[in-house]
This record gives sequence, structure tokens and C-alpha cells, in this order.
Amino acid sequence: MIVLSKEKLSIQKEQDVVLFRNRIKELATKIGMSLVNQTKLITAASELVRNMLRYGGGGITHLEIVSKNSIPGVRLVFADEGPGIKDVTLAMKDGYSTGKSLGLGLPGAKRLVNEFDIKSEPGKGTTVTIIRWKNGL
Amino acid sequence: MERIPILKMGPFLLVTIQVDLYDRLALTLENDLINMVSKTEAKGVLIDISAVSIVDSFMGRILGNIASMSKIMDAATVVVGMQPAVAITLVELGLTLAGVHTALDVEQGMELLRNKIGQIDTDEEGLYDSFI
Repeated sequence: MIVLSKEKLSIQKEQDVVLFRNRIKELATKIGMSLVNQTKLITAASELVRNMLRYGGGGITHLEIVSKNSIPGVRLVFADEGPGIKDVTLAMKDGYSTGKSLGLGLPGAKRLVNEFDIKSEPGKGTTVTIIRWKNGL
Repeated sequence: MERIPILKMGPFLLVTIQVDLYDRLALTLENDLINMVSKTEAKGVLIDISAVSIVDSFMGRILGNIASMSKIMDAATVVVGMQPAVAITLVELGLTLAGVHTALDVEQGMELLRNKIGQIDTDEEGLYDSFI
């Protein structure tokens, strides 16, 4: 996999989310991603960035255009230094929430992207990486 | 503070969301709408989301909340104008917006609300008749 472009955006407050979503849209449009694929990617990002703000106390996002087998895609990394997730398997289950939400954030975001990776260590923080390819496969 | 305007149109309240929502804005709207339903004794709430490109689980929950709260306050809620890409994404996300009435555009949404009010009237008449 080749990284074609790379940028960082710090997310510390809710208004940063709007800017972040717009920037993803620009990148996705740039590689010619369809509207449905864009919407899925941005919705997944919106879920993850909310988790980062609510549970991780904000953090850093990385926005990249990547390419694999000459198919472009958008890769997003969400890194926080919050309390981490005790049981990642449980957190990935539909309907599970430690907050008062619907518990759709993590599992829903996973369904909306092509590649999903989560690493979390209690006391150190959580890093989630997602990729959505242009062709959606 | 940024706010989404709520218009009163006869017995209905009309909300057109023209900006991309962030959580606090959505919560403020929920609060404002319920207060307006109470203040104006509105019978219906129409929310136009045709300009909204992203509806995630939080926003979906707010729409559901508005519908449930309005119902308790004796008002029907209809969400209109959802973009196809948003509908596809919502279902994949796992959110079906159960309990929220939807229509394709404002016109059809208004029609739906009018029918709902009409229905209530006939229902009550029927009840009255059977009482006699």
C-alpha cells in the first residue's frame, strides 16, 4: 500500500468535527469516490470522532489518500490518549454502550468501511484505523 | 449561540435543517422543538433534512427522540427529504428510525400530517358514536 497524501487534524471540540468531515469529503471527492461511498465513510468517521471526543477527551486524526493495486482509498486514523477500552470485543457488539448512546458507534462504523482496526490499552488510549476504497470493495 | 429556526405554519411546526449538524446544535433543536410544541400546541412537526448529507447514530437518535417526545405531547412528527445515500448508510449503520414517520418531500409530508390530524378527528367521532 502506498500513501499518496497525508495530513493531521487535531480534534478538541465539537466544532472541529464539522471541519474534519468537510476535509474528508474533499479527499474522497478528489479520488472520485461515489456519493454513497463518501456518505458511508463520513458517517463512520463521525461516529469514531464522537467516541474520541466523548471518551478519549479529544485527540489527533490522520487523513490519508492511499493506494493498493492502483485502487485509491481514504485512510483515517483516530488516536486518543484517553482511558482506553477495557474489553474491545464487548465494545464492538451492537447495542453495547458504557454511555447513554444506542451502542451503534463502533460496530456501525465497522460495517460502513472496508477495513477496520482497533487497538486499545487501558490507561494509554485508543487508536482506530479505517479505510474505504474508491470502488467500495 | 447557533440555532436552527423553527417556523409555525397553522397547526404545524416546520424545521428546515440547512447546515451540517454537530451534536450540541442537534440537542438544542430537540429542546427548542419540544418547547415550541408545548407553547404553540402544535399538532404536527415537519423536519426537512434534504440539505443534510450526514445522519449518524447520534443525529438518528435525536430524530427518534423528537418523534417520541412530540407524540407524548400529542403531535405527530414527519421527517422529509432524506437523501438516498443517507438512507442507505443509516440502514447499514443499523438505524431504522422506527417510530419516525417519513415522506419524500415537504408537500407529501404536509399531506401526511394533515391526514394524521384528520384521522384523530374521525377516530374521536367514532368513539363518540359508539358511546351513544
